[in-house]
Amino acid sequence: MSDQPITGTSATFDRVADIIADTADIPRDKITPESHAIDDLGIDSLAFLDIAFAVDKAFGIKLPLERWTQEVNEGKVPAEEYFVLKNLCARIDTLVAEKAAKA
Amino acid sequence: MRLEYFEMIDQVVHLDRAAGRIEALAVVPEASPVFEGHFPGHPLVPGVLLTETMAQASGYLVLAHLGFAQMPFLMAVDKARFRSFVGPGATLNVEASLEHDGSGYAVTKATIRHAGKLLADAELRFRTMPFPDGLDAPMRERARKIGLPMEDAAGVAP
Repeated sequence: MSDQPITGTSATFDRVADIIADTADIPRDKITPESHAIDDLGIDSLAFLDIAFAVDKAFGIKLPLERWTQEVNEGKVPAEEYFVLKNLCARIDTLVAEKAAKA
Repeated sequence: MRLEYFEMIDQVVHLDRAAGRIEALAVVPEASPVFEGHFPGHPLVPGVLLTETMAQASGYLVLAHLGFAQMPFLMAVDKARFRSFVGPGATLNVEASLEHDGSGYAVTKATIRHAGKLLADAELRFRTMPFPDGLDAPMRERARKIGLPMEDAAGVAP
């Protein structure tokens, strides 16, 4: 990741990757921004909820998992939009920014 | 408590929706087939049933919080501790607090006290999802029976 600028998403990625490594017991060096949480990292739905809880707490947000799941199940949004980590981190950044704007 | 029927909570004594907190009573029966095995001649409430008791108190709290719109199912038990023994006839004070209201899941912390002393505690996580067919009415009935305030839930009755 050294070739990436320290943007919001990059810093967010580091925190999220640490959470995933701790929560799902996955070696930290296997987790990259391109990793798909399910297809590449093998995270199941229970582990993903563990991660969501840790992310909610760490960032003070509420990941809208029910809406995302519905959108994926209805074919409106490809799963990669939520489960590839760089995309997940971008959405976390958006939620954090929305929360800050409301405060 | 009707241990064999998994009816662990006898009475809700306080529900604070704003604070996300519930207090309930559970009276251990004098006799139960559970005690025939756990343990012969030395009856003790199994830790797994104390966990279920904390889960049910938490579950009613989540049901009240969600206005019976979704059903919580126990998904994870963290940091469960059983700090003492308890047997037939004991009155247990069960408390649960809502730690996090997630999207599709909820997290609680729960305790059981006996005679003012902490008996068990745990952090519990629940998946929340639409009621499976036919479960809504019996859950409401059971909640009414144990005195869970239902006024906020009336609006979403089927």
